[in-house]
Amino acid sequence: MNGPQDVGGMMGFGPIVPEPEAVRFHADWEKRVLAVTLAASATGVWTIDAMRFSRESLPPAMYYGSSYYRIWLEALTNRLIAEGMVTAEEVAAGASREPARSVPRVLRAEAVSPALAAGTRYAREPSAPARFSVNEAVRMRVINPPTHTRLPRYVRGKVGTVERAHGVFVLPDTNAHGLGEDPQWLYTIRFSGTELWGVEADPTLSVSVDAWESYLEPVT
Amino acid sequence: MMFALTKIGALTARDDVGKGLPMNNDHGHNHHGHDHHDRGSALSETELRVRALETLLVAKGYVDPAALEAIIETYETKIGPRNGARVVARAWNDPAYRDWLLRDATAAIAALGFGGRQGEHMVAVENTEAQHNLVVCTLCSCYPWPVLGLPPAWYKSPAYRSRAVIDPRGVLAEFGVSLPADRQIRVWDSTAETRYFVIPQRPPSSEGLDEAALADLVTRDSMIGAGVARQPAAAS
Repeated sequence: MNGPQDVGGMMGFGPIVPEPEAVRFHADWEKRVLAVTLAASATGVWTIDAMRFSRESLPPAMYYGSSYYRIWLEALTNRLIAEGMVTAEEVAAGASREPARSVPRVLRAEAVSPALAAGTRYAREPSAPARFSVNEAVRMRVINPPTHTRLPRYVRGKVGTVERAHGVFVLPDTNAHGLGEDPQWLYTIRFSGTELWGVEADPTLSVSVDAWESYLEPVT
Repeated sequence: MMFALTKIGALTARDDVGKGLPMNNDHGHNHHGHDHHDRGSALSETELRVRALETLLVAKGYVDPAALEAIIETYETKIGPRNGARVVARAWNDPAYRDWLLRDATAAIAALGFGGRQGEHMVAVENTEAQHNLVVCTLCSCYPWPVLGLPPAWYKSPAYRSRAVIDPRGVLAEFGVSLPADRQIRVWDSTAETRYFVIPQRPPSSEGLDEAALADLVTRDSMIGAGVARQPAAAS
């Protein structure tokens, strides 16, 4: 969706504020949000793509006015309610009033290290050869789905070059909405700065995105 | 400010945005109607909401409280940018390892004991005299956790995410990095589950240092491309 998350090329957000490497969190509640989000996601009720869609579905004014972990908190709360795991009344009360729904699994403490070390692999076995070749010119499709996509607005309609084929990966556009993994070839597509931003762009700039095959069309 | 609730009983809501770094980057300067004069044992609306949600999820049995502590401990003490610094130091010191890292970063990094969540599909890119690499995630906050830990607040901020792809030299200037005008700038927007990290240029005066000393030269920001490696004299 053309939501508040898609900020590439926007202006006016102010200076970047570096911070020391030793800073991990800015408040204790941020640790709790991180841990609760990871543990709740580990139930397997939703996918990482679904949680990203929950975050980008927040109203733009809220998204831009919130710290990142606050965005996580809002999105997690919405997702838990949408999945029927909690009710809004329970969230407000901070207490359980209804029976829990069944979830695929619960992450136990002893499983945390193995789970984090294993991660979740998104690569799948190819079932068809890649449609596009390295060094081939491709145009990014112009699409504006109201649903989740990882095709940023600033590259839509732009012509780039296939730099690398990574293999076949789960498609976020369907996986975010319970529509299956629809695994597709994933490519790194490189654009010149001038293609993206016009003749006044930095001539030394090039930018790449990683794009699934259905985001691309041949240049004829 | 989205949350109007500023007073909770006798407690004064602290400015959680100021502590949590707002995405509009005016932390430390915004007031949003919160009262800063009565801190005491104040709990912000955000803190209360987080506590309530955690309590609820534990009560429902969805979340094991001991697992929460294990997750926090992992990202506070075990997974951070010193992991990536070890990878870079090895690459600087061992050409065969460098080649492997550039060819198959996931495997090369795993050989040093790092991998897993948010680093399942790693790609290493190398800064040279010809090209400088900068990593961003314009759509969210994708970041190579196993080698760099959790992303710093600025990496997640719209200020960085918006400008990295259109004005990377301006971004680098804010980090005190100035590159030659003819240096090619390559920005990697992490839009998939591939995770990028940068092998910074090895400082010219670092010959003879062992890998531990080399790793001390490697900053987190240099592995994002927002900085360069320290000079040896500055590392001690």
